Amino acid sequence: MDIQTYIFYGIAVGALGISFSKSKTRTLTALKKARKSFENILPQLLGVILIIGFLLAILDADVISKIIGEDSGWFGVVTAALVGSITLLPPYVAFPTASMLLDNGAGYVQIAAFISTLMLVGVATMPVEMKYFGKKLTILRNLYGFLFSFLVAIIIGMVVNRG
Amino acid sequence: MNKVWAVAKRYQFFLITLAMLGILTIFKPGIGLESIKISGFQMFQMLLIIPPVFILLGLLDVWVPRETMVRYMGEGSGVLGILLAFMIGSFAAGPLYGAFPVAAVFMKKGIKFSNLMIFIGAWATTKIPMLMFEMRYMGMTFTLTRLFLNIFGILVMAWLLNKMMPKNETESLYLRAK
Repeated sequence: MDIQTYIFYGIAVGALGISFSKSKTRTLTALKKARKSFENILPQLLGVILIIGFLLAILDADVISKIIGEDSGWFGVVTAALVGSITLLPPYVAFPTASMLLDNGAGYVQIAAFISTLMLVGVATMPVEMKYFGKKLTILRNLYGFLFSFLVAIIIGMVVNRG
Repeated sequence: MNKVWAVAKRYQFFLITLAMLGILTIFKPGIGLESIKISGFQMFQMLLIIPPVFILLGLLDVWVPRETMVRYMGEGSGVLGILLAFMIGSFAAGPLYGAFPVAAVFMKKGIKFSNLMIFIGAWATTKIPMLMFEMRYMGMTFTLTRLFLNIFGILVMAWLLNKMMPKNETESLYLRAK
């Protein structure tokens, strides 16, 4: 458990305490609502987590570095963006992996495309997103994120390679 | 019997995925078992992160009146609304799928659509704990360049999405959130 999770638990418990001292019924309503929104998202979330597990099982650091590892040019940038779009890595896995890939000869442009799509595009989590935002907005948001990532990749490539 | 069927229908996506994973494990035990291991870990992570986020969400829903949220983040909230959307997203915890239930409560409370998109973008790209990690592994130049580009990108994308989504469609999404 990282420090941030502790902080969130601290805040949640504190807020619950204050809420409880002001109104018992409202606090119970809040907890009921919390449970309801959790139950609402649970079916999609469970499915998504299985898909993520499968993707991470086949796309380990070795495979990723083979695809975007060396000077793979534009093909590598596009592949990196695609890999970033379909995977969902927590930051404590994503950045060490990216840094390792850089050490193994991956280009900054490819890595930037990978990191940017990892953050902005979530193909695996689309079923969850659609539940709240509908099909159209979900697709548009992910598409814009995908396209914008190329701009991020190109500019980061220019900035970092100059330095 | 009907009740079982209703639950199965609600969980059909999960059950189908589970069945596929089962078949995979029979033919490719290595990949199958590794998937199960990783999914188990992710599930554990999820169960750890979700309770405080959803409790705070429930409290927000009960205690903060719609008028307050509209005043600070609704139509006509201007720069303050944008800044708040950035800040709330940046202080968030957990992966992006955690942002959607929060977005649903925000919609219910009447925050402006572009601010909603800014919040989602910030949750995805400017989370402070994530930035610390990024700086450590990717260096200052990479992190700051990306951060600057993404802040700009979030604003442009929020504006674009606002333009591209027909008003009646966003309205029906807002209605659904109620």
